Amino acid sequence: MARIPEVARHRVPPQATTTGHREGGEGVVSLRRAAVRVGGRTLWSGVDLEVGAGEFTAVLGPNGVGKSTLIKVVLGILPTAAGEVRVLGEAPGRAGHRIGYLPQRRNVDPSLRIRGIDVVRMGLDGDRWGVPLPLPLRFSARRRAARDRIAEVIELVGASAYARRPLGECSGGQQQRLLIAQALVRGPELLLLDEPLDSLDLSHQGGVAALLGRICRAEGVSVVMVAHDVNPILPWLDRVLYLAEGGAAAGPPQQVITTRTLSRLYGAPVEVLRAGDGRLVVVGGGHGTEGGGGHGHHHELD
Amino acid sequence: MVTTMSLTDTYPVWSWNPVTDLRAMWAFPFMVNAFRAGTVVAVLAGVIGWYMVLRRQSFAGHTLAQVSFPGAACATLLGIAPVVGYFAFCVGAALVIAAIPRAGQSGSGQEAALTGTVQAFGLACGFLFVALYKGFLGGINSLLFGSFLGITATQVTVLAAVAAATLAMLAVIARPLLFASVDPDVAAVRGVPVRVLSVAFLVLLGTATAATSQITGTLLVFALLVMPAATAQQLTARPAVGLAVSVLVGLAVTWTGLIAAYYSPYPIGFFVTTFALGVYVFARLARVLAQVLARRAPASARLSGSAV
Repeated sequence: MARIPEVARHRVPPQATTTGHREGGEGVVSLRRAAVRVGGRTLWSGVDLEVGAGEFTAVLGPNGVGKSTLIKVVLGILPTAAGEVRVLGEAPGRAGHRIGYLPQRRNVDPSLRIRGIDVVRMGLDGDRWGVPLPLPLRFSARRRAARDRIAEVIELVGASAYARRPLGECSGGQQQRLLIAQALVRGPELLLLDEPLDSLDLSHQGGVAALLGRICRAEGVSVVMVAHDVNPILPWLDRVLYLAEGGAAAGPPQQVITTRTLSRLYGAPVEVLRAGDGRLVVVGGGHGTEGGGGHGHHHELD
Repeated sequence: MVTTMSLTDTYPVWSWNPVTDLRAMWAFPFMVNAFRAGTVVAVLAGVIGWYMVLRRQSFAGHTLAQVSFPGAACATLLGIAPVVGYFAFCVGAALVIAAIPRAGQSGSGQEAALTGTVQAFGLACGFLFVALYKGFLGGINSLLFGSFLGITATQVTVLAAVAAATLAMLAVIARPLLFASVDPDVAAVRGVPVRVLSVAFLVLLGTATAATSQITGTLLVFALLVMPAATAQQLTARPAVGLAVSVLVGLAVTWTGLIAAYYSPYPIGFFVTTFALGVYVFARLARVLAQVLARRAPASARLSGSAV
């Protein structure tokens, strides 16, 4: 079948790690006094955020405050009501091919009969029209490059052992690694993840968090991640954006996740405790909101 | 449907020599046409059916198949070629189903209900058309359950042209459609027009069911549209291999069904459906067996390798 030539713009990225050079000085994601309205209700406003190249940023806050909405604004799916948003030096939605995206809560149907490696490949050329000519591998430099790139990124996330198994038969942690590989396969400069640790048990949370930290440090990919619990990713965090009903605060984690800042954001007394191993515990204090006590190790107030 | 009165009395005898048998069968032009049409339909249904099973749109496919019955009945009533009715009604119904919003997982229950409504209304219209056209009742059986007799050379040509156009369209959208079927959220962010592809696929599905129902009848379209694809998905998780297996299974059950129907007094729809079901059950058992064996043999090696 004839191939449609227009799609040649998506070439296979030369190598994974050549994403280091960026427009000098400009942030990868930049929000200035940004506000968003969904269904006539202002979810958040006055949000300022600067994410630099190769930085690991967490978006934190209680449920329903609009953390996923922020990811959708950066992707250009939702418009802002006020303020300015720039992503990789362009308006949101214009730099889609330079962004890797992992949506929230992707329950893979257990009966889905498609291999992990095929799902990773979709990230590389799944949006191309036409079908490739079934040339033998040795006659097609492009197919060889694609095969090598897919193998490389699967190796990077440590999924080589199960990439050829049907995705529905993989465990939650294995699926998450393969989906991260899909998001990374085109060598994006920015990785947007929506609660990627949420569906995993504790041991797998640590493993996937370490993988994301490594991708951010070693590959120089900027990571913006919506998180429910800050603790698994705390060792790798450069920056935190905390959204709450009463406003937003951005900055290094030790400056934002404090008793003073969070009490201001929540408009109620909140205490941040540091456990012996450095883990953070946020406790709704004072008049005993919701059972009057600690919310365990979950970094959250509902 | 008309040329076969002499055949109903004496059935050809199976000689256990495949060359002689095939030669005897293909001495009749209607059998040659039946094999040609069956081959075209098996390839088309195998490919479209693989996507349909992957997208979990079998119910929509079933509905489109049912709607081909009023299509053919209406065409007969109006005195035009039934093939026109098949395609007009199937594509029309595909557009109606496409207009039903697919609001993610939560909307699928409502979608199924609306699709079922389209199906019931289609069947009711079909019965009305049959009642209006009083001399038509003899043809109902072959409309519903299929017939390989009386397929003309023109019909084969039309089927081949439709199949070629449908497969060419599918080849253009093949990869984005796969992406949108498996992972619609990410595909949309990557610029894949998920909604447009969904409509386009339903139209292609409509043409495929219209073509298939001319061989298997409207009630047995699943024999060629679902079963080979479901068999392929049992046997392999590779997209390209799965498509090939789906087509091969479709061809095998169509050909053996035609041969069995030629050498026996019983209808083709029964044979094709039975063989397809047999292959599916066999594939399912083979997969369960393979899983049991894999679990028993290197259990310790797999456990250490698959930990995250």
